Formats: sequence, C-alpha cells, structure tokens
Amino acid sequence: MSAALPAASGRTSRWALPRVSARFVPVWRRNYLVWRKLFLERLLTNVIEPLLTIVAFGYGLGSLLPEVEGVSYLQFLASGAIAMSVMYSAKFESLWGAFSRMHVQKTWDAILHTPLAVDDLLLGEIFWAASKATFTALCILVMIWVLDIAREPMSLLVLPAAFFIALVFSAMALIVNAVARSYDLLSNYFTVVVMPLVFLSGVYFPLTQLPPWLRGAAQWLPMTAAVDLVRPLALGRMPEHLMRDVLLLAVCGVLCYYVALVLTRRRLLK
Amino acid sequence: MSALPKPATTLADDVLVVDGLRKDYGGTTVVDGLSFAIRRGTCYALLGPNGAGKTTTLRCCLGLTEPDAGEIVLVGEPVPRRARRARIRVGVVPQMDNLDPDFTVTENLVVYGRYFGLTDAEVLARVPGLLEFANLAHKKDSRIGELSGGMKRRLTLARALVNDPDLIFMDEPTTGLDPQARHVIWERLKQLLARGKTILLTTHFMDEAERLATRLAVIDHGCKIAEGSPRELIRAHIEPHVIEVYGDGAFAWAERDGRQLADRLEVSGETAFCYTSEPARLLQSLEHAASLRYLHRPANLEDVFLKLTGREMRDEA
Repeated sequence: MSAALPAASGRTSRWALPRVSARFVPVWRRNYLVWRKLFLERLLTNVIEPLLTIVAFGYGLGSLLPEVEGVSYLQFLASGAIAMSVMYSAKFESLWGAFSRMHVQKTWDAILHTPLAVDDLLLGEIFWAASKATFTALCILVMIWVLDIAREPMSLLVLPAAFFIALVFSAMALIVNAVARSYDLLSNYFTVVVMPLVFLSGVYFPLTQLPPWLRGAAQWLPMTAAVDLVRPLALGRMPEHLMRDVLLLAVCGVLCYYVALVLTRRRLLK
Repeated sequence: MSALPKPATTLADDVLVVDGLRKDYGGTTVVDGLSFAIRRGTCYALLGPNGAGKTTTLRCCLGLTEPDAGEIVLVGEPVPRRARRARIRVGVVPQMDNLDPDFTVTENLVVYGRYFGLTDAEVLARVPGLLEFANLAHKKDSRIGELSGGMKRRLTLARALVNDPDLIFMDEPTTGLDPQARHVIWERLKQLLARGKTILLTTHFMDEAERLATRLAVIDHGCKIAEGSPRELIRAHIEPHVIEVYGDGAFAWAERDGRQLADRLEVSGETAFCYTSEPARLLQSLEHAASLRYLHRPANLEDVFLKLTGREMRDEA
C-alpha cells in the first residue's frame, strides 16, 4: 500500500525559503579554478574596456567640459566607470557564464547529483561573480591610481562596496538566466534593459541633467545606488546616502536571489 | 560498518525501495504506480522503450523530481525529504557526459569530490585507485577534450565512485559507445558488483541487461509489466526456441506451415519469428524450402521485451 504524499508538495518545495550554508564554497572554488587557468587571456579585457572609456571620454571629451559636481569630468567618469564595470562583470558572469554551465556544459546537472542543492549552487555562482567583479574593480582602481586621477587611501573601500554591489547584480542576472532558452535572451536583456539603465544611473552625467519625471524614477534604480556608493569612495569621500543605498541594494539582492532560486528550481527540478 | 543507527523504514538489505511512485507532467502520467526494491550487492535494471519513464524514475529516486505520489527510501533515507543526505552515499553516471571540459582528468575528480565535502587530500589519495579502475592512469593530466568517448564514460564512472558510494545509478551507461568500449564498461560494472556495490541500471539494450542484471523490471508507459531475473523472465514469458525465417517466400511459408507448426508466430518486416518448444518439425519443414534462410536460436530477453512492449516504433521521449 503506497502512502500518498502531502498534496502538491512539488509546488511548495519550489517556493521554500533559501537554505543558506557554507556548502556553496566548492561551487565557488570550481569557478575560481577555471578562471585561474584562463587568467592571462582574460586579464586584458578586464583592463582594456574601462581604460578605453576613461581615455576616450574622460581625457578626450572631459577636457571640453566644465567641472561636474565639484570634480573634473575625468574624475567624475572614472569613479562612475568602476561601478559600471563591476555591474557589467557580474552580469556577464551570471548570464553567459552561468548559462553555459547550466545549459551547454550541464555542469549544474553534475553538481545537483551530489549533496548540493540549487540553493548552494546559486549562492556559489553569486559569490563567484562578485569575487570576479571585485577583481575588475581592483584593476580599474589601480589604473586610477597609476594615471593619478585620484589617490585617496579611502578608495580601498571601493573593493568591499564592489563585492556587495556585484552580489546584487549577479542575483538579478540569474533570474534572466533561469528563464533563458538560448543566448539570444541574454543579449537582448543586456542591450534592451541593462545598457539603457546605465545611462540613467549617473555614470556618464549627473542625474540632475535628467527631466524631473525621469530623475524621480532613476533615483530608485539599483545601479544609481551603486554609482552613489562607489563614486565618492573612489574619490576619497563617504557616500552621502550610505544607509539608503545599502538598504536599497540589500533588499533588491535578497529578493532577486529568492526569485532566481524559485525559477531555477522550476527549471532544473521538474 | 558505520555507527549510524539503522532506520526502521526499510529492510536492512534493501538499498533502494520504491513504492507506488507516480509522476504526472501536465496531465500525462509518466510514471504510474511503480514499485520495486533493490537488494544490496545486486544489479537491478529498468528496461523499457524510449519514453517509458526510466529517467524520470531515476530523477525521483535522487530527489531531483518531486513525485506526485508514492514513497522512496534511498540508502535508508526518505526521499525527497532527506535526498541531500541520501546522495552522500550515491554515485550517478548520467546519460550524457557532463565532465568539466576546462579541467584535467585528475582535477575533475578532485573538484567533484569537494561537492561531497571531501578534502583535496582525501580525493587525491583515492585518485590513483580510481584511475586504475577506469584504466586512465596514463591520462591523469590530460584535458577532457583529448579523451575518446569510451574514456570519457570511464572517467564519468570513476567520478561517480569518488565518494565511495553504496549505490550507483547508471542511466544508459553504454549508449553511443563502440562494442569494445561497451565490453570494458560491463567488465568494470561486474567488478563493482564483486566488491559489494549495488547498481541501478536503466537501459534499452537487452544484452546489457541480460549480462549484468540480477533482477530487472520491464517498464512501459510508466508501469512495471514484468519483473524477475533475466532467466525467469525468459522462462515465464517465452517459448524456449526461436526460429527466424527470412528470404523470398518467407511470408508464404509462414502462413502455410509456420502458423501451424509454431506455438506462436510473429511477422515483422521481412522476417517471420516462430516461437516454439518443439523445433524439430519446423526445422524439417524448412529443410524443404530451399529459397528460405533461417536462424535457430534460444529465446532471449529481447524476445520477452518485444512480446511485452510490442514491435511498433517509439519515437516519443
């Protein structure tokens, strides 16, 4: 005689709250080992892209512009570019990187055959993406020191801020990853959603330049909060709205992790 | 030998117990009240055509798919509730290889061992034995891309043993391999059985099931339609002799003589299959039909399988 399970248990377990533990560490270490092997080939992209932004826009365009918010345009842009690169790095890793591990290489399937759960898997991915993004932030920071754009001891605080910010954007990207059927959705999301939002988040110009209705909305973008945190730190000041920015990003990150978790469970634990 | 208390929910000797398992996908029942148990140290095979529900059953047993009804006890742990704990003592060889292409053979084993909470030192101590077992000792520092299909399969098998599991799940382990590579895998699986490991195998290769399985279940449309040892099943379901007749006029002969002389006759394509316990008179009749070619052989598991599941193609799945 077979006993029936509680009704609809499949649905309830999909919505279960995350069980967070240190079991995610082996997932992080797996991705780190791949990264270490490909380190030199990838180092250039980490440095070249932000360098181009800073040189072309900062030096080129910046020399034609007046001061922005009390600093030179070069300083304004370079400090904003850190936040942008951190977000791009986290998004890339949790879109293309995660998708190839989940869908193409089936690495996630192999991992789910072990005692690890989707909860651990995603946490490992998020912490890994944040670690990689922090390394990107370090590269740009060094560039900013070397080019003497800013040299403040406090700018080291950019690194923990970058890690925290990248956690949020990685979790957000994993939502898209969980519903993507092919690389197309990842590219579309990037060009249609991510890149336009960057222009509204104060990386290239201050939000005060936006029409009031748009400025109101842009204030609540996680990317705006990220720029708000990183820019002053890179230039040696404490962020003005520290608590507000941290809280906004934290809430957004936790929600995104939970949504990504539910959607990924739905996809992988059919 | 462990000091863990034996759970009361399962017989001590059954490594996996499945009772009344049911799984529906969007109104279609894929697994329909399946029950079976696997005795420690044996190989149990789930045999079925494509789409019979074999892989879904494995996924339910591992706690990766939540059943709609039924009970599963895997290495003493109720699944899915404590599937994570159960998987510590289970190894899985998936249908498709999913080795890490960026890593060497050894790195694949070390990284996989970490997921079970093993330290690198613990895994590295096991690596030589695992690679020797997989006949890959000379490839320990090779990248995955440099391995043949058979080598990848053997590495996947070695990876499934990294945690020294009690039970090994094998989902169609030899699909896509050449005959030499298949024989090597079979020989390794027999070694594992000799060491006291338990194996759950899904396959649609009859020779594989006949060679390896201590017991097997034929499943179709998610139901178990027969169960037993390969010999028991052949004895219970099929006449002991099979004469396959083909060539010009096979069909006419079958209608005229075959139908009378055989206990049972099946025609598939150009071939007439005569099942009988008294082959002498059939063979006599065939001596006189010069245009016909025939093959007289003992009945095997494939005959049972085709009798139970029918001869039509299965393209779903």
